[in-house]
Amino acid sequence: MKFSLGANQYYWPKATIAEFYQQAATSNADIIYLGETVCSKRRELRQKDWLNLAQELAKTNKQIVLSTMALLEAPSEVMLLQKYCANGEFIIEANDVGAIEFCRQNKVEFVCGQAINAYNAPALKRLVGMGMQRWVTPVELGRDWIKQTLDELDRQNLRDKFEVEIQAYGHLPLAYSARCFTARSENRSKDECQLCCINYPSGRLVDSQEDKQLFVLNGIQTMSGDCYNLSNDIASMKNLIDVIRISPQAENTFTILDDFIDREQHSEYRKLPANHSNGYWHEIAGMQTI
Amino acid sequence: MELLCPAGSLPAVKAALEHGADAIFIGMNNETNARHFAGLNFNDKRILQAADLINQQNKDLHIAINTFARPGDFKAWKYSVDKAVDIGAKALIIADMAVLDYAADKYPEAEVHLSVQASATNKAAIDFYRNNFNIQRVVLPRVLSLQQVKQLSRQTDIELEVFAFGSLCIMAEGRCYLSSYLTGESPNTVGACSPAKFVNWQQTDDGLESRLNDVLIDRYQDDENAGYPTLCKGRFKVDDSLYHALEEPTSLNTIDLIPELAKANIASVKIEGRQRSPAYVATVTRLWRQAIDKYQADPENYQADESWMAELGNISEGSQTTLGAYHRSWQ
Repeated sequence: MKFSLGANQYYWPKATIAEFYQQAATSNADIIYLGETVCSKRRELRQKDWLNLAQELAKTNKQIVLSTMALLEAPSEVMLLQKYCANGEFIIEANDVGAIEFCRQNKVEFVCGQAINAYNAPALKRLVGMGMQRWVTPVELGRDWIKQTLDELDRQNLRDKFEVEIQAYGHLPLAYSARCFTARSENRSKDECQLCCINYPSGRLVDSQEDKQLFVLNGIQTMSGDCYNLSNDIASMKNLIDVIRISPQAENTFTILDDFIDREQHSEYRKLPANHSNGYWHEIAGMQTI
Repeated sequence: MELLCPAGSLPAVKAALEHGADAIFIGMNNETNARHFAGLNFNDKRILQAADLINQQNKDLHIAINTFARPGDFKAWKYSVDKAVDIGAKALIIADMAVLDYAADKYPEAEVHLSVQASATNKAAIDFYRNNFNIQRVVLPRVLSLQQVKQLSRQTDIELEVFAFGSLCIMAEGRCYLSSYLTGESPNTVGACSPAKFVNWQQTDDGLESRLNDVLIDRYQDDENAGYPTLCKGRFKVDDSLYHALEEPTSLNTIDLIPELAKANIASVKIEGRQRSPAYVATVTRLWRQAIDKYQADPENYQADESWMAELGNISEGSQTTLGAYHRSWQ
């Protein structure tokens, strides 16, 4: 099993980002995903900064992947995406099929990100033909769905053409909108957002009127209220999942990473903390826990 | 500009034809369509009747096969594609790459429209589907501003279809898992958002409560209109503020934008609501027919009638309408 750090979903100040990746450089992660995937207005690091960071981190023994935006609306965003896909050095995590089209044209290998709807074997077969090296499973898919899909590809001798990665820790990106919900929570529109996401390094919690933690607002993204946590499910990933993804957190990311690495060897059950869940993996509602 | 109307039943097909639809979109009564609700949609016999009715009047039939195929069950999606081609549908509306691949391979002559559930919001994404799956039209997700729709229209010569009226998905369609997070069932996997079987209503001392899989979505006082608990339209708390954190119950209404949409070269305006009644289909079709005809008769002086707005407001969620993402201030 390999372990990855997914692209940071939140908006942090430049110094915080730099410090995070200094730690990442010496961490036990095998793969590091870099880049802004949520909102093009988040520019603490610009494209050249991300590329510099990628080159710096590439000096370690880790694989560096450039992650790209999930929701592209403006032509300027598409142009920036095109430049990423033509960087000539690093492979791309595509979070929109537009990125796959650019990678295909540039003959660049890509990771199919979790925001792309690749739900089944025939779709994955086509993506392999386009240069897909790794499939990050869509967040709502569980073990049985993934297993059946991979078994089908195995029968076609395609299973060894790509790796399979799953987000195993962190709030799940559940939806993307034209609207910025963080700005709305401060009574402003997206055009007047004042980059307020930077004040919420873990997003903003949304509770029901009965105080159940439902969602996390993260700009135009809505995340799960619970932290997805598959630490009890690593054994059931054997021969199925190749890469376990930890989504960067404002605190304790590397402790969590080391804990997952340790749990691969010592898989005793531990009760999940409050507001953690693993429902999707078990093919039930995402917010539920087994 | 084509007026494309929804139908979940034969009476709705008839209502749309009677009131001036140019084209009608429907789905089969199975998990292959994104409005898979009990008692709705068309079995093998009914779909033939619908096709006959529509053909007799020289109108166009579009068939939505726009969920994502479950492993081991791909035959259901193939069956829907085969059936749609067999009955002579003008267009197939497809989202899943697997289904697009099947249709392009087996029926290269078939007209395929990229479903909104495929979430193609930009030129590169459109090129992806066009170059790999030979689509002829794209249904745009409800995330673009009018300015962005115009920009996109200038960049591509593919036919563009937009949502013009109806329930407002505020998330990029096909990329929203809020429903499966709460219930285990989503538009992508089973073709339903906030499915009715998880809905529960209860009158309590605190008001009328609506729940989805036991999660409190909203609580209404006596003087408030209660709406279906679509989970993105609930009232929730962010810190100490209680408000519609994502969106209020409201419907999209772009009847004011007809001139702008026409100038942006939009091929088709789509009315949402296959799950709504024949009476809804009749009203919306009639008013949109009037509006498009009025615009085409005198494009320079088009203005939406006050009476249309009032009538459309009455059949809208929460009795209110919005321009949604087309208008930047909404975003």
